[in-house]
Amino acid sequence: MELAVLILQGIIVAPIPLVFAAIGELVVERSGVLNLGLEGMMILGAIAGFSVALDSGSLVAGIAAAALAGAIAAGIFGILTQVLLSNQVATGLALTIFGLGLAALWGQGYSGESTAPLAKIHIFLLSDIPIAGPLLFAHDPLVYLAFALVAGVAWFLSKTRAGLILRAVGENHDAAHAIGYNVVAVRMAALLFGGACAGVGGAYLSTVQTPFWVENMTAGRGWIALAIVVFASWRPGRVLVGAYLFGGVTVAQLHAQGFGIDIDAQYLSMLPYLVTILVLVLISHNKARVSLNAPACLAKPFFAPS
Amino acid sequence: MKHVMRILAAGAVAAALSVGAAGAAEKVKVGFVYVGPVGDHGWTYEHEQGRLAVEKAFGDEVKTTYVENVSEGPDAARVIQQLARGHDIIFTTSFGFMNPTLKVAKRFPKVKFEHATGFKRAPNVSTYSARFYEGRYVIGLIAGKVTKTNTIGYIASFPIPEVVRGINAAFFAAKSVNPTVKFKIVWVNTWFDPGKEADAARALIDQGADVLMQHTDSPAAMQISEEKGIFAFGQASDMIKFGPNVQLTSIIDNWGPYYVARVKAVMDGTWDSQDTWDGFGPGMVKMAAFSKRIPEDVRAMAAKARDDIGAGKLHPFTGPINKQDGSPWLKAGETASDSDLVGMNFYIEGVEGSLPK
Repeated sequence: MELAVLILQGIIVAPIPLVFAAIGELVVERSGVLNLGLEGMMILGAIAGFSVALDSGSLVAGIAAAALAGAIAAGIFGILTQVLLSNQVATGLALTIFGLGLAALWGQGYSGESTAPLAKIHIFLLSDIPIAGPLLFAHDPLVYLAFALVAGVAWFLSKTRAGLILRAVGENHDAAHAIGYNVVAVRMAALLFGGACAGVGGAYLSTVQTPFWVENMTAGRGWIALAIVVFASWRPGRVLVGAYLFGGVTVAQLHAQGFGIDIDAQYLSMLPYLVTILVLVLISHNKARVSLNAPACLAKPFFAPS
Repeated sequence: MKHVMRILAAGAVAAALSVGAAGAAEKVKVGFVYVGPVGDHGWTYEHEQGRLAVEKAFGDEVKTTYVENVSEGPDAARVIQQLARGHDIIFTTSFGFMNPTLKVAKRFPKVKFEHATGFKRAPNVSTYSARFYEGRYVIGLIAGKVTKTNTIGYIASFPIPEVVRGINAAFFAAKSVNPTVKFKIVWVNTWFDPGKEADAARALIDQGADVLMQHTDSPAAMQISEEKGIFAFGQASDMIKFGPNVQLTSIIDNWGPYYVARVKAVMDGTWDSQDTWDGFGPGMVKMAAFSKRIPEDVRAMAAKARDDIGAGKLHPFTGPINKQDGSPWLKAGETASDSDLVGMNFYIEGVEGSLPK
């Protein structure tokens, strides 16, 4: 029983970087922009978070710096793609490569250092409840922030006027423009939010999960987060399902091996990707479904009529 | 003084190529292909130390280049081919670069290639590796002695002979000093993914392992061990910075002398295709300082094993040893042949679980 709690605790924490990155990217894509630079923004967040946390001794400052670094990177992407109208796919790939390189350069003096990880919260009485206590009330604050963020985004997109405008811009930027909304400004705001989220996701890796800096430490999580957005068919709630499928399966299969359960780890590692492909096929097999799910203006350049 | 030029490889994977200052034509040009980043504090870091040793030994007579983060797929062939145009000798430093190296070598017969940890050679392709299993034997002895739960966690990368050999050597040694010891082996299917390595370490610790060994390249597992207060062994580099209280020792790869010798051979025109497999004896494998937390007598035992192996008095695989299925492998007193070790694709008796294919 105790072991089951430990395993579940591991599963709850493992996908948090994915949740942050994917929920940010979801907002970006709902506004009609495809930012493939997620991996680059995450790694910049990882080094920014780690270096600032180490130098200032404050993890909060580190997390804030990570959000800022991610947002700056996203801002550059926004200027290039929204103002200068460069190709979003190519610019996003460039941002990833740029981010990995810049983070490596930035991190040169930081390899081999280590910070103390973020303390777990302890709520009087609640955290001490057997089973439910350690599972629900004894994580670090960022875990709760991630969940709150998903709920907040879901509420924002479906219940607020601003969310409606953001979706309108993503579905039909010409119409949104015609009725007077500033398409570029909305998209820039979405991008900055997405960048900040990706930065925090990266910082979660470098300051909480493995509190050190090594090059490439995001190891492809940005790409997985992109896949999760598609898997979630652009719905916030499903981002959680996707992230936990990806992250949970990884942790579960490590435990399965430790127990000596004889299944090939490769099949389990493959599983989330197979599911993503399946979801892609299902949502794109007819045109009506595609338009129900994917933002109609996704990755299309917006030329403001003058 | 070095210019650093970053060339961007197309596709999702970025390969960064840094090139030393362009120099006179008579310099010997040496290329290195790394599977991870030079700052990984593990496998690639030590190869980078080897490259720096070459630069230090020959100064202006050589020009070295390295490409880091090259994935073991089609990218590898592309990078090696790029280097082959304009380099005299190229070191490809990961097992998965074997076939790409041979493929490119065929097309560039004048360029010398050195492939680490592989088993296929050609007239212009040498192979070299270190007998890491000698180090694994020593850490196995220590682990068997210090474990209280009799459960050793082992984070393994890919089921290739190199890794399997390490598991067998460590288990055989641990079992020899502690007959009730068990190994929990987790395959992570990656050489380098700190997050996943950390998750594997947590899983093993949660399941009762109180000593961790790893055959992956980042210090993540060491750091988790430090956090949880359980013992661990470093891999490839000294990882003491990440586990100041819990690292018992570390197996260190020491490539410098070999790289210097091979570059010298190219300069002298004496280079030929050969297979090098060195261990403690010539110093290609070293152990980091033994931790004070290892009991005195165990430290002495480990040091003796290390010295005996180096002197050729002890072979880590000395029979009787059966294979996992109970069939005999080595008779009493018989030692494993190199060809058996090179292709090792079986667990020895007592290791639990089946070897992934």
